Amino acid sequence: MNVAAPPVPYELPLALRLLRDMLRIRRLEERAAELYGAGKIRGFLHLYIGEEAVAVGALHALTPDDAVVATYREHGHALVRGMAMNAIMAEMFGKQEGCSRGRGGSMHLFDAATRFYGGNAIVGGGLPLAVGLALADRMSPNGPRPYPKGTSFGAFPSGQGISCGGQTRQRVTACFFGDGAVAEGAFHESLNLAALWQLPVLFCCENNLYAMGTSLARSESQTDLSVKAAAFKIPTIQADGMDVVAVHDAARAGAAHVREGGGPLFIEFQTYRFRAHSMFDPELYRDKAEVEKWKERGPLHSYTTRLKAHGMLTEEEFLACDAEALAEVEASVTFAEAGTWEPVENLTRDVYSPPPAAAA
Amino acid sequence: MKTSYREAMREALREALRGDPRVFLMGEDVGRYGGTYAVSKGLLEEFGPERIRDAPLSELGFVGAGIGAALGGMRPIVEVMTVNFSLLALDQIVNTAAALRHMSGGQFSVPLVIRMASGAGRQLAAQHSHSLECWYAHIPGIKVLTPATVEDARGMLAPALADPDPVVIFEHAQLYNLEEELQPAVPVDIASARVRRAGSDVSLIAYGGCLPKTLQAAELLAGMGINAEVVDLRVLRPLDGEAIMASVRKTHRAVIVDEGWRSGSLAAEVMARIVEQAFFDLDAPPLRVCSEEVPMPYARHLEEAALPQAAKIVAAARAVMGKA
Repeated sequence: MNVAAPPVPYELPLALRLLRDMLRIRRLEERAAELYGAGKIRGFLHLYIGEEAVAVGALHALTPDDAVVATYREHGHALVRGMAMNAIMAEMFGKQEGCSRGRGGSMHLFDAATRFYGGNAIVGGGLPLAVGLALADRMSPNGPRPYPKGTSFGAFPSGQGISCGGQTRQRVTACFFGDGAVAEGAFHESLNLAALWQLPVLFCCENNLYAMGTSLARSESQTDLSVKAAAFKIPTIQADGMDVVAVHDAARAGAAHVREGGGPLFIEFQTYRFRAHSMFDPELYRDKAEVEKWKERGPLHSYTTRLKAHGMLTEEEFLACDAEALAEVEASVTFAEAGTWEPVENLTRDVYSPPPAAAA
Repeated sequence: MKTSYREAMREALREALRGDPRVFLMGEDVGRYGGTYAVSKGLLEEFGPERIRDAPLSELGFVGAGIGAALGGMRPIVEVMTVNFSLLALDQIVNTAAALRHMSGGQFSVPLVIRMASGAGRQLAAQHSHSLECWYAHIPGIKVLTPATVEDARGMLAPALADPDPVVIFEHAQLYNLEEELQPAVPVDIASARVRRAGSDVSLIAYGGCLPKTLQAAELLAGMGINAEVVDLRVLRPLDGEAIMASVRKTHRAVIVDEGWRSGSLAAEVMARIVEQAFFDLDAPPLRVCSEEVPMPYARHLEEAALPQAAKIVAAARAVMGKA
């Protein structure tokens, strides 16, 4: 309903890419919910519907060399990061053509090719992982791109300063997590480590106001989450997570800060989940009126309206984008249906790496 | 020349750090302090604070960071001060390190080494005396090593680092001062058990901190005319079932020695396998010598009573020999 909003400040291809990706996530997940009802997808299925602007805006601020760590509500992140919808859908079906060979399901999407490190079903579990990935980038002796000369990395606890030596990779690790993770020790330990060692982590907090069924106000004494990050001397940005432009601008600024050697940065994306926590959630903990109120700010609707208001999109073009997304989803369902079940004889593969001889 | 277990471990670390720029050591007080058990003493001066990385008291955080760094191409050695504190990191070890390869369909393996001190015997009471090796040995996706000799302290780190999957190394705190002759640079494997004393009457099967006590018991038994074989498990996951069965088929009697609590212990697993695989080779039911089922008490006499001791091993061996 952002008719009064200024024009989208991007070149048309990017502006439309953001729309297309939000549509792709929305259509993928609407179909996934149907398929869940039909028994094709089982286990836990956590829908991102309502929050699409966050993944789309943030991930388009990264480069292919960056790393992404996400949560169990990660279909959208996986898709925008560049994973094929076919591989995602087949994984949800449990087929061996899925990205994780049917071993992961909805919550454990992984892709080495796009440096997508999951897909983590432990709240806060991805944060230490992201810190470690960033640490590797800091320490790697083979890093191709040095930090700018003279970049200061602060002081080590021992009092000995760390010089980057021009040997580190100039990558960003983007770590997505929800407001619920903020209550975990892993959050505090990870932010402290990242700040202490000035690691290139972009912390992306998707604050949708509910940790499953517990509202932020009922779980945190301090509900301003950026204050918590600031306590670790990490710079913070708050962004409207329902507005893909606000998200993208914030993420671009944040990623640039991190990439240029400024150390970690924390962005709080204020967003809202339109659907239940998972397919098992009867939603007893929030008013329908509250959900409806947030839906008025729906990221797809407001962005489409804005594009149209400024002559960047026609209804025909929108319908074409939507049809394209729907066709991609249907193709992925066909792909997943045609997929095969991994033979039970292979049950224990990939528990350990194959011995060197077998690997060769 | 005699070398201590501690020096052997330090030399293994030094060799790894010198040989591979991807290797670094991270943990609480590994740098300036020189390591809680002085294992890493002097390494900070040689390798600097980036590679001998002091970490805050954030076991979950820095173990998880080790996993991430391993994924990012490094070869981290994460030292968790003691097994007791590793409970704070168990989530990252079990839910991420052990599971990642499988749940990513083989896309990501975690070449991480985690070292920690374990075990009782120093009057450190209930929160600093655990022997929880079997908890880790329960988990598919990781490997569990228990070096019990100076040779293994020196040799196990290199193959652990070369392994593409996570490896947990338990160093029993009572072993750090153990001194033995060390042959220069004999490579060891991280796949097999080893017979430490050949014998024909009874198999004494032990690991980690119980190995010296078990060897001592074997000497006492020799004086009683019982020729005990001592099998050092060395690797708790995967267990070397063949070596266990080979010994039991030879002696027809087995006593398993384990500092863990009896119920659900590693000794229980070894015993179950013997019963499954070598039942008809047995001349007597196998026995176990484990820790008593009590949080470790502080007072010396109570702690000694709670732990496996040579005398208890001797008694169990005599019992399976029908000489109780």
